[in-house]
Amino acid sequence: MNAPSTGTAAPPLLDVRGLQKYFPITRGLRQRVVAQVRAVDGVDFTISEGETLGLVGESGCGKTTASRCILRAIDPTGGAIVYRTRDGRTVDLAALSPAALRPLRAEIQMIFQDPFSSLNPRMTLLDNVGEPLLVNGMKNRRERAERVAELLRLVGLRPEFMHRFPHAFSGGQRQRIGIARALATSPRLVVADEPVSALDVSVQAQVLNLLLELQSRLKLTFLFVAHDLSVVRHICDRIAVMYVGQLVELAPTDAIFGRPQHPYTAALMRAVPVPDPRVRSSDGILGGEVPSPAAPPSGCYFHPRCRHAQERCRVEAPALREIAPDHMTRCHRAGEVAF
Amino acid sequence: MTPLLSVRDLRVSFALDEGLVRAVDGTSFDVMPGQVLGVVGESGCGKSVTMRAILQLIERPGRITSGEIRFRRRDGDNAVDIARLPPRGPEMRDIRGGEIALIPQEPMAAFSPVHTVGDQVIEAILLHGHRWQEGGRRLRRAEARDITVGLFRDVGISMPEQRIDAFSWQLSGGLRQRAMIAMALSCKPRLLIADEPTTAIDVTTQAQVLALLRDLQARYNTAIIFITHDLGVIAQMASYVVVMYLGRVMEQGPVDDIFHNPRHPYTKALLRSIPSLHGATRVALPVISGALPHPFNRPPGCPFHPRCPDAMARCAAAIPSLQPVAAHQLASCFLHHDQAEPA
Repeated sequence: MNAPSTGTAAPPLLDVRGLQKYFPITRGLRQRVVAQVRAVDGVDFTISEGETLGLVGESGCGKTTASRCILRAIDPTGGAIVYRTRDGRTVDLAALSPAALRPLRAEIQMIFQDPFSSLNPRMTLLDNVGEPLLVNGMKNRRERAERVAELLRLVGLRPEFMHRFPHAFSGGQRQRIGIARALATSPRLVVADEPVSALDVSVQAQVLNLLLELQSRLKLTFLFVAHDLSVVRHICDRIAVMYVGQLVELAPTDAIFGRPQHPYTAALMRAVPVPDPRVRSSDGILGGEVPSPAAPPSGCYFHPRCRHAQERCRVEAPALREIAPDHMTRCHRAGEVAF
Repeated sequence: MTPLLSVRDLRVSFALDEGLVRAVDGTSFDVMPGQVLGVVGESGCGKSVTMRAILQLIERPGRITSGEIRFRRRDGDNAVDIARLPPRGPEMRDIRGGEIALIPQEPMAAFSPVHTVGDQVIEAILLHGHRWQEGGRRLRRAEARDITVGLFRDVGISMPEQRIDAFSWQLSGGLRQRAMIAMALSCKPRLLIADEPTTAIDVTTQAQVLALLRDLQARYNTAIIFITHDLGVIAQMASYVVVMYLGRVMEQGPVDDIFHNPRHPYTKALLRSIPSLHGATRVALPVISGALPHPFNRPPGCPFHPRCPDAMARCAAAIPSLQPVAAHQLASCFLHHDQAEPA
């Protein structure tokens, strides 16, 4: 596996190698497996401590499935998820038994997309935010209340709110509550799956600022899963672009936005509507649709929609290769043509 | 030019057990024939309720309490006031779908899953069939089917003869939204209301659908009210923009003025708070302080004053009216009122 170098001497916090997750398609009474949906099909990336890696792509590209595999919310089909624990050991999360995984769960936490369905409406904030503490052995209620008060202050909410229920709060406030719960166990790696896409513009900016502030204060490492490129650009150090279960490009944010080395990344960027009426253009709109991961095209998965495709792209699947320092692309024609 | 649609001081409220929610609280704007009007605002600003009022689709306990919605019909010299029409009456049913059509946000929820998409478009064409026929002859079903195939081709659906017999759940999100657009166009409306038509679809598909709408607008010269919370989409689509907040129009003007010379503090704050593909990264974004007030708990005076950086004493006391601030630009803010008005 040609895992990208991080450019730093320290070993990465997370090293994902050849991650695969296939979902079987079954048919008939005997549940005979007729095909596999290759939701995640050989994904490699690393995340260094304190870094934010953005995982970008459209619906069905496998970004959420990949992040759920890392959390072991679902079990990967293949590959390794090598994680460096707080005490310096390296473990393969993909191979651990549920019991062996449990002590590590406190170190890897998640922020969810929808702040309306991710909090239990029958539990007060104290119980919602305090539950991970209870699960991790903090049995004393007063001790828990103190920690919850501290967490609420940390995310910019008043500690008095802890006896209220989620319905009393707005979308932005609920997302803050969700962040407080994710931080309850002092995690090192936080997986944030579309944490601001359900929020209004003015509130989205508040939550993005909070995430940036918390990261520098608590030395957090983020895996930031999102589809909004302007948000991802704002918050991430490096960006990984996925298409039909594969990584197609992985590079530092400035490099990928300055000079994308995969035609799909370039098309994604052009598709973002520019908030300036003086910059109107319909050039380079990507035609066609995302192929099904159950029946991907031959060769390069992107070739049917690519305006630079050649015979080679139809036949031979490109490998992920380093086109510039720390800049990986899965394209035969990168370097020959500008996208 | 006389406006096609003219909304004046529209008020819609919902009488709930907990209290009265004034979802739309004195909204006024015009739509000119062939214009693309962008309506932008955050959740709860009343943009969708305003559009439902225009179609007389407000459901109980909601009610249009006052104001006018004057619409110039195809064959009438005088405008009708939609706000006075009975929602289920023959005239409203003729306007709805026939002259004002809606593209909803979520086409999956808007299409019936037990009828083919083609049948649903054919049904609409047969219902408003006289728009395709001279002399009022009833359309035959086969004719309506041919029209539907043509519409599907117009909106860029490949293999329209086959796709017409598909169910909505067999189509991808982009195709489903194209079929919805075909249905909205099926009766040659003079006004198309697009309520967040691309919010539920992916960014590359969104670009395709926006290009399609722009192309169709140029071809048929249909007026469009384009509702969205996405300032990028507004900038790309609209020629004139209405900015709403808590049921009131904060500012309206030509798209270039709204983006390059905004006059209302809310518009300015909204534009500053979006991350762009070109700005500085990993720095704090300017934010609008505070949160949207609870609907039962509207602030007195200007609805934006508790969050406004330029708020003055009078902002809490009186509601500013929409006043001209430039040639075609209006803002409802006391900063732009020349002399004190009687409260």
